[in-house]
Amino acid sequence: MKRLIKEFAKGIIRENPTFVLALGLCPTLAVSVSVGNAVGMGCASTFVIVCSNVIIASLKKLIPDKIRIPCFIVVIATFVTIAEMTLKAYFPPMNRALGIYVPLIVVNCIVLGRAEAFASKNTVIASLFDGIGMGAGFTLALILISAIREMMGTGKLFGLTVFPGFEPALAIGMPSGALLIIGLLLGFFNTIKERAK
Amino acid sequence: MNNKLIVSTSPHLHTKESVNSIMWLVCLALLPSGIAGVYMFGPAALRAIAIAVVSSVVAEFAIQAALKKKASASDGSAVLTGLLLSYNLPAHCPFWIPAVGAFVAIAIGKQIFGGLGQNIFNPALVGRAFLTASWPQHMTRFTAPLSYDAITQATPLALLKENKMIEQISYLDLFLGNKGGCIGEVCVAALLLGGIFLLARRIISWHIPVTYIAVTGLMCFIFGGKTLFSGNWLSYILSGGLFLGAFFMATDYVTSPLTHKGQIVFGAGCGLLTAIIRLWGGYPEGVSYSILMMNAAVPLIDRYTKKRIFGTR
Repeated sequence: MKRLIKEFAKGIIRENPTFVLALGLCPTLAVSVSVGNAVGMGCASTFVIVCSNVIIASLKKLIPDKIRIPCFIVVIATFVTIAEMTLKAYFPPMNRALGIYVPLIVVNCIVLGRAEAFASKNTVIASLFDGIGMGAGFTLALILISAIREMMGTGKLFGLTVFPGFEPALAIGMPSGALLIIGLLLGFFNTIKERAK
Repeated sequence: MNNKLIVSTSPHLHTKESVNSIMWLVCLALLPSGIAGVYMFGPAALRAIAIAVVSSVVAEFAIQAALKKKASASDGSAVLTGLLLSYNLPAHCPFWIPAVGAFVAIAIGKQIFGGLGQNIFNPALVGRAFLTASWPQHMTRFTAPLSYDAITQATPLALLKENKMIEQISYLDLFLGNKGGCIGEVCVAALLLGGIFLLARRIISWHIPVTYIAVTGLMCFIFGGKTLFSGNWLSYILSGGLFLGAFFMATDYVTSPLTHKGQIVFGAGCGLLTAIIRLWGGYPEGVSYSILMMNAAVPLIDRYTKKRIFGTR
């Protein structure tokens, strides 16, 4: 049980997919405009990571080594399709806001990275916890980035004005602002890590 | 006993010049243009300059304290960054515009890269680019000169962009600065005075400013008119921030090429980009963006214009 908790916790801080592994930056840059989008994207990605991790871990003996990547992609694409259809059916505004980035979860490096590096080598239960941890780490990182960007870029949070009279810095809401904020956060976390040593 | 043999390592020849003296001399060279800007736009311009300079120095101190680095604000580079940034602002911008711009310039433009000598991009222009992208409504509202009550007026380049020829502004007015624009860019005469001072003191070489202005003029002459080779090149080079950029920002030691050959390539590239942005781009003025873009190309230029080491092929 202790090991499972460790697998879960490592995804949030020590091996955070965005800030430590620097994986899946494309959706991070694209959807971190508002916290709502970030939560939607994080949940969809977490669902895909967890499900694909479990399926791949349970099929790892059946999948021939030479064609494992196409096999992983088929599994991942199945769950992405499920996630996309669910979003389309039950949360159409969210689906419109996320746009092309929902189907693009298929090629998100975090999902394939966990399948290749973890699920194909570990047990089903460990892979389940790894998937939940990685998904949670990704979601938290997205929420952090998008909260900063939404507050600075539009002056609002969840659509509510935070600072009245604040003139939003439009640059932060643009893609260049996302690169800027992610770079600064990466530097900030690296500095903390250096100091902790 | 007085003629002891002194043994020391090279270099044996010293010059009085140092980072400090160069930075302060550049600040001095910028002074005429600032005075002209304050004369044209009134006390609001002086306020913007003062806020930008003070906030740059404060930002430099604060960040160096936070990163536990040695304080180096006395070398004048932060003052210079603040000065250059404020020269790129409209005089009647809100008071927080220069402050935010100075902080971004020092923090993101300079200290993040490791401080003076390490930055890829000209810090003042990073600040300006951030401000222009974030608050375009404040950064493009220019006031008419010599009317201290903030009557807005289009800049000459904005008029050129809309194909309205600027016959109502004479070349003399363009040269002396009687036109709308940023604080430090309007008076070409004062900028030229500062530029010639820097050239005479050998602080900058002619290669970047001359190629920059010449290529911009040439491009605007060829493509700026209704037919080819009929552009009004003189009004193109006398308006906007071309002289400020060419003499004071493109020549920044840290962000420009090392060799003269490289500097000519750099100046020509800046001129080409400026003309392209002015003639076909979305903005009326392209000096700041073209310098930033060429800054990114400097490592490449340096690599291809390396001097032959003596004795090698």
